[in-house]
Amino acid sequence: MLDSIIKIEKVNKWFGDFQVLKEIDLDVKPKEKIVVCGPSGSGKSTLIRCINRLEEHQQGKIIVDGTEMSENTKNIEQVRAEVGMVFQQFNLFPHLSVLDNCTLAPIWVKKMTKKNAEELALKHLEKVQILDQAQKFPGQLSGGQQQRVAIARALCMEPKIMLFDEPTSALDPEMIKEVLDVMVNLAKEGMTMIVVTHEMGFAKEVADSMIFMDEGKIVEKADTKEFFANPKSDRTKLFLSQIL
Amino acid sequence: MIMKSKIPAYLLFFIGTLDLIYKLFFGAIFEPDSDFYYEYVRPFVTFTPFIFFAIGGVFLKEYRVNNTLEIYGTTKFNYYTPQFFVFLFTILIFVFFIYNAQVNMDTRGIQFGFDFLRQEASFDVNFSLIEYDGSHSYGRVYFVGLINTLLVAVTSIIICTIIGVVVGVARLSPNYLIRKVAGWYVEFFRNIPLVVQIFFWYFAALRTMPLPQNTEPFFGSFFLSIKGFYTPSFLWNNLDIFIYSLIFALISIIFIKKYSDKLRAQEGKQIPVLYISLSLIIILPLLSFLLGGSSFEIEKPVLKKLAKTSYIFEGGLRIPPEFIALVLALSLYTATFVAECVRAGIEGISKGQKEAAASIGLNRKQILNLIVMPQALRIIIPPTTNQYLNLTKNSSLAALIAYPDLVLVFAGTALMQTGRAIEIIMIVMFTYLSISLLISLGMNWYNKKMAIKEK
Amino acid sequence: MKKFYYLKSNKKNLKIFILLGFILIFTSILDVILKSSLGINLTSFLPNTINFLFPLIIGSIGFYFLRFEYTGIKNLDLLNKNINTNDFNAILTLLIIFVLIITVPPSLNWLIFEATISGETKESCTGEGACWTFIKIWFRRIIYGMYPDEHHWRINISFIALIVLAFVGYFTGNKLRKYLPLYYIIIYPIIAFLFIYYLISGGSFGLVWIDTGSWGGLSLTFIVAFFCLIFCFPIGMILALARRSDLPTTRYISISFIEFWRGVPLITVLFMASVMFPMFLPDDLFIDKLIRVIIAISLFEAAYVAEVIRGGLQALPRGQYDAAKSLGMGYWKMHIFVILPQALKFVIPGIANTFLALVKDTPLIFVVGLADFVGMITMAKANPNWLGFVMEGYIFAAIIFWIICYAMSNYSQKLELKYKTDK
Repeated sequence: MLDSIIKIEKVNKWFGDFQVLKEIDLDVKPKEKIVVCGPSGSGKSTLIRCINRLEEHQQGKIIVDGTEMSENTKNIEQVRAEVGMVFQQFNLFPHLSVLDNCTLAPIWVKKMTKKNAEELALKHLEKVQILDQAQKFPGQLSGGQQQRVAIARALCMEPKIMLFDEPTSALDPEMIKEVLDVMVNLAKEGMTMIVVTHEMGFAKEVADSMIFMDEGKIVEKADTKEFFANPKSDRTKLFLSQIL
Repeated sequence: MIMKSKIPAYLLFFIGTLDLIYKLFFGAIFEPDSDFYYEYVRPFVTFTPFIFFAIGGVFLKEYRVNNTLEIYGTTKFNYYTPQFFVFLFTILIFVFFIYNAQVNMDTRGIQFGFDFLRQEASFDVNFSLIEYDGSHSYGRVYFVGLINTLLVAVTSIIICTIIGVVVGVARLSPNYLIRKVAGWYVEFFRNIPLVVQIFFWYFAALRTMPLPQNTEPFFGSFFLSIKGFYTPSFLWNNLDIFIYSLIFALISIIFIKKYSDKLRAQEGKQIPVLYISLSLIIILPLLSFLLGGSSFEIEKPVLKKLAKTSYIFEGGLRIPPEFIALVLALSLYTATFVAECVRAGIEGISKGQKEAAASIGLNRKQILNLIVMPQALRIIIPPTTNQYLNLTKNSSLAALIAYPDLVLVFAGTALMQTGRAIEIIMIVMFTYLSISLLISLGMNWYNKKMAIKEK
Repeated sequence: MKKFYYLKSNKKNLKIFILLGFILIFTSILDVILKSSLGINLTSFLPNTINFLFPLIIGSIGFYFLRFEYTGIKNLDLLNKNINTNDFNAILTLLIIFVLIITVPPSLNWLIFEATISGETKESCTGEGACWTFIKIWFRRIIYGMYPDEHHWRINISFIALIVLAFVGYFTGNKLRKYLPLYYIIIYPIIAFLFIYYLISGGSFGLVWIDTGSWGGLSLTFIVAFFCLIFCFPIGMILALARRSDLPTTRYISISFIEFWRGVPLITVLFMASVMFPMFLPDDLFIDKLIRVIIAISLFEAAYVAEVIRGGLQALPRGQYDAAKSLGMGYWKMHIFVILPQALKFVIPGIANTFLALVKDTPLIFVVGLADFVGMITMAKANPNWLGFVMEGYIFAAIIFWIICYAMSNYSQKLELKYKTDK
């Protein structure tokens, strides 16, 4: 079996006095798709934000693709170039066009030429089916379109891992499907994905394993089929009954 | 009425403009020489241009309503009547004023006109950047005042921007002490009126400076005395060569920037533009000294005894205490508002933008330059320019401490000497209005150009 | 010099490093205190520059030793996170502390501890500090201007009465509440005007007439600010409505008016009012200088108020206009009953700001010969018996203005919060 691409060992995190992550242990294998679910405030977003060090953990180890996440800035930027993230609020750069949003990092971080960066960007924009909007600005696009651009922007750095922080929670219902379709295609192509979401339909279709978090702890981790058919913990059962 | 073409309207606009220009610059020529005309008709005749404009406007509206899909919104009567009365009312007020002005000027024996600008001014101004003494005309007095005003304004704008940006950024610092101190600065200087601050600096603080004979120099030849701030000045040889080298350095920096953009686009290579620019700005002028024959001598201010107890500094550059007090007060006061604008701009960038930029691998410097600053500047610049405008207008407070700015010198002394209140105040107000208008237009152009495109 | 990297603090010797750190910081602060307040130079054996920088160096080493990312001790972590995240921050913090130590005690000394306030003449001020006796003696003049002493009760009564009447809003029952705007916009100003005309100015009912030239001091500041506010608000409202009108004439006249007043400095406006305006009036019509000044400032501020109100009118959702129109309301009905009451909520902070600016601008009337608060202080300091107390005068003015403006800006922030959450 291939070595884990993300190793999280005994991670604890506090916000001031409040402990938000408690003894988290997690191994992610390459090409594995994990869906994290749980009630709000359970620490799901905080957990994946620790993976690319948008949040700092106080205790424990997080090792991403062989690099341990610590205060060392050079390492952090290296890791971030290999880990892509998609946010709930899209966070596209409003003063740049769609194309420029995607080519920004390849040009400035990977030092690609403008021509190559644009080719790469157009390729990914076509994959998320938004090629015709390449010259528009984020303010002119709908929510679903913006989120797809955000996915393309993250993909342009050719990451090994993609993190999704509730990508469809801010979208109108009719736009959720277009974004989920893109994510399903991405999964089929073999990307390692960690997705925090409430979309259980998507989870059933794509996830290899499911994680249920509550109050900062991983309550249950299981293969997807097992998880939905035979949830072991009572809390999981309660959560599933409310959401399905 | 049915208007079939726009021509009558535009014709009337044209006639009105000609009439306006004629009346403003050439005065009236076709006037009967009767008292009745002069007293009762002339005030109205002043407004014929506006009557032409109004009738032209009516024709244009009729055209639009009849030939496009535009509608009145209500009936014709409801549309035109209120406007007619407003127009009439405004004109009557102005006529009333002009009539009285004419009568008053007559009884005093003065004529309305701008020829007094050519008269000899016969008063001295104690600080001027251009050559001036009592024998120059009032017109020149105007320029002396204008330049002094602009000098104070530009200097204060530069200083207040520096202070404002520093304080604004400090307000957002994670360091508790820095944040608090910046907050106190803003609260302190914002709530004390500018007048009080100017008075404090001029009458209280700068008056405690020692007399020339008692000043201790700092850094060698800089003296801060009650008579002003004396610094060594430069006496240039071949100043033009030095200036050319500076201009050349600036132009080459522009080219280097363009070249580096091209290089990055085509080959992905990045060159350190900042370091190259800095070295250019230092090396090229240096070359002008070594090879170009530019040189300067430093003239130091030297204490000289005028009389038994009165000393003065000779030589060097003297910055009058009025100028220092004004610049200090204006900068410290306006910096508080600039700091708030800067803070609003930086806070206005949502945290998510910085996180997204970090998540695609940009480093701190890149995030600041490519993501935060472009967006923040769009929020910061419009209100900050407004503050600059306020600063320029506030510089007129120089009248309170005898700094010879436009208001003091022209609307103060010159007005008292010539008695031409109306003309002088018109000129002064027109000057300030033009400055405001220019800056507003510039701001509008900037806003349109930088607007973030939305649906 | 400051960074002993090989001596990096580690958690094993936590207590030692904390102790060391605090000792060093304490030493540096002590050194600055001794040097500045008491003139004692403990480290005078060091060469000059090092002596000067000694506290900074010692202090930053101390902070360096204290710098742990996470110790578990709550207060230490708070300190570290807030002021000790890196060397730069630590040095800045030290500099701020040092500057405070060097400047605050002498200032407090001058202001309070060594100041004199007793006595009646200049000679009583023997101490090294501020001579507040000067302010004490001139206090009456500073508040009332040249208004005759025996008539000060007239000003006092008017102000107390007006303040009490201003708070009527708090005591009205619900039935009368809808008449409140009418009260504040029309009735209250008329009452104020009557007070000023009959009581303060006098001339009838057996009261001596006191020329406006004698009015002055803080009372004049309040009178000017009060009346300008009252007048500029309705004028500004009309200008704002005119600017948004569909009728071109009204719109363009309003725009020209607003841009004119906003483009010129207040000082030229005051010059215009005092020097130029009389030329535009018939010879036999004389308008008192104070009234001219109040009219000029009101028109000036009205332009700014108009822009603020216009912002509020624009911020109102179009739906309100549509709903009112669909109910058959005409232009004026719609605005008075639906639009303006709602728009005013948005404009309260802007109006408060304008009023604050108005209060800060009143000292300018000194330029045209009206002796307001600052003007009286300037006159007082020029009095031959009391030369040399410029500092005390202007610092007193600064303190009073600061208190007034700070209180008003705080109140307006509270109002803004209240209206935001009311929504």
